[in-house]
Amino acid sequence: MNTFLTVMLEAGDNPFSLVTPNPGLSIWALIIFVILIVVLGKFGFKPIASALKEREQNIADSLAQAEKARAEMALLTAKNEELLNQAKEERNKILSEARDAAEKIKADLVEKAHAESVKKMSDAFREIDTQKKAAIVEIKNVVGQMALQIAEKVVRKELQSDAAQKEFVDKLVKETNLN
Amino acid sequence: MHRVKTSYTVRYPKYILFLLVCMTLLAPLASLRAEGGEAKTEETAAPKDEKFNPKPMIMHHIADSHEFDVLDQFAVPLPCFLWSSATGVTTFLYHDGKEVNGYTCEHGGIERKDETFFLDLSITKNVFTMLLAAIIMIIVFTSVAKAYKTNKGKAPKGTQSVIEPLFVFIRDEVAKPGIGPKYEKYMPYIMTIFFFILTLNLLGLMPVFPGGANVTGNISFTCVLAFVAFLAINVSGTKHYWSHIFWMPGVAWPMKIFLAIIEVIGVFTKPVALMIRLFANMIAGHIIVLSLICLIFIFGKAGQSMAGSGLGAAVAVPFTLFISCIEVLVAFIQAFIFAMLTSVFIGMALEDHSEGHHTTD
Repeated sequence: MNTFLTVMLEAGDNPFSLVTPNPGLSIWALIIFVILIVVLGKFGFKPIASALKEREQNIADSLAQAEKARAEMALLTAKNEELLNQAKEERNKILSEARDAAEKIKADLVEKAHAESVKKMSDAFREIDTQKKAAIVEIKNVVGQMALQIAEKVVRKELQSDAAQKEFVDKLVKETNLN
Repeated sequence: MHRVKTSYTVRYPKYILFLLVCMTLLAPLASLRAEGGEAKTEETAAPKDEKFNPKPMIMHHIADSHEFDVLDQFAVPLPCFLWSSATGVTTFLYHDGKEVNGYTCEHGGIERKDETFFLDLSITKNVFTMLLAAIIMIIVFTSVAKAYKTNKGKAPKGTQSVIEPLFVFIRDEVAKPGIGPKYEKYMPYIMTIFFFILTLNLLGLMPVFPGGANVTGNISFTCVLAFVAFLAINVSGTKHYWSHIFWMPGVAWPMKIFLAIIEVIGVFTKPVALMIRLFANMIAGHIIVLSLICLIFIFGKAGQSMAGSGLGAAVAVPFTLFISCIEVLVAFIQAFIFAMLTSVFIGMALEDHSEGHHTTD
């Protein structure tokens, strides 16, 4: 019989007591509510909100800073690596240059030595040649003199007649081998 | 030694205050019990063979009252402040059956004999609970605000860590998306709505003395909240908001008139819906819990059948427990919904012309 609505509406003598606002209670509710908004707003919510905001800002800043530091770190590592690579490259370059230079010096030296030896040899040959020629000339002179002396002796001893002398000289000359 | 003592009073101000309030309110009981006790026992003992009628019992518990029932045998009397044009201001401590200056006190209510109008500014059960909630909230929030100063740069602890998630939730999920960029101005209002309703809902769920008052399920209270919401929404209304109510841009003129009527009705239905939603939800919860408790007395034929009472209790206790758990959820949800809808309505009123995406349609 008593549906929910009739229960709600039929309280006591006044059938609408539950859904009729009571002015006294409303005034109290309004006063308390407004006081709460003012007091809590000033001494509760505002400091809490600002503290939370500050903390959130702090956290955001810290995170941003950490991110920045990380980026910087990465940059630094990259730079280091680059530097290292550069150094390596430079070292390799220097090494190869040094090797090249050494090789060149070696080659030069060898060439120089070779050239020198060639020159020395040719000089020696030339010298030998000259000496040989000089020796030949001298031998020729000595042989000539010896021949002259021999001829003189022969001539003096054997050649009484002019014909015989001439014949003998020719024969001698013919027989003489210069080499 | 000194430190320990102060930290105790700082840490447990709620309990100390609560004890003080209880003691002051219970003090007059000693004298009142003697005279009031007899009358009450007579009343309750009389209808022995009558059928148990749950309606008056439920009505008594969900309605406001001038005295605060602690147990069946005694109630805390509350001070009355009355005004009428005939007798002026009258103040007295409520007691059932009392007659002062043409006022009669009966069943927790006050009537005037000549049935003329009088203003009742008494500290009733609901007013007392509101004051208690206000005191609890002020203590909790000022102490939390202080904790943010003393505990600066550290993780929250104690009450701080209870309040902070709620606070951040209401700020980030209710105020910011609902109101928009100007939310900070409305923060105290939205926060007070949420925490005041929540505190009162939870106090209302407490079955014993300082709790149990059905404040948020009282139309006077929700009416005030709705009235403040109405003011907050319409005072912050921009030109854009009002133009969309009275002269909707971009539609033909007969439509403009038609829409204006609907929109003007809407201005009032929004707060009225807020008022009724909270009222109906909270009163329904209280009625369900009380009805389930009443099962014990209905099954037990008002104390005549022990077995019936036992069966009633076996049914009613788990159900009441279940509904109470749901009511705890509802306490949060209703506070959240009220705050949410108020923020959304304020946000709609604040919406600017430049932000409106339907200016051309």
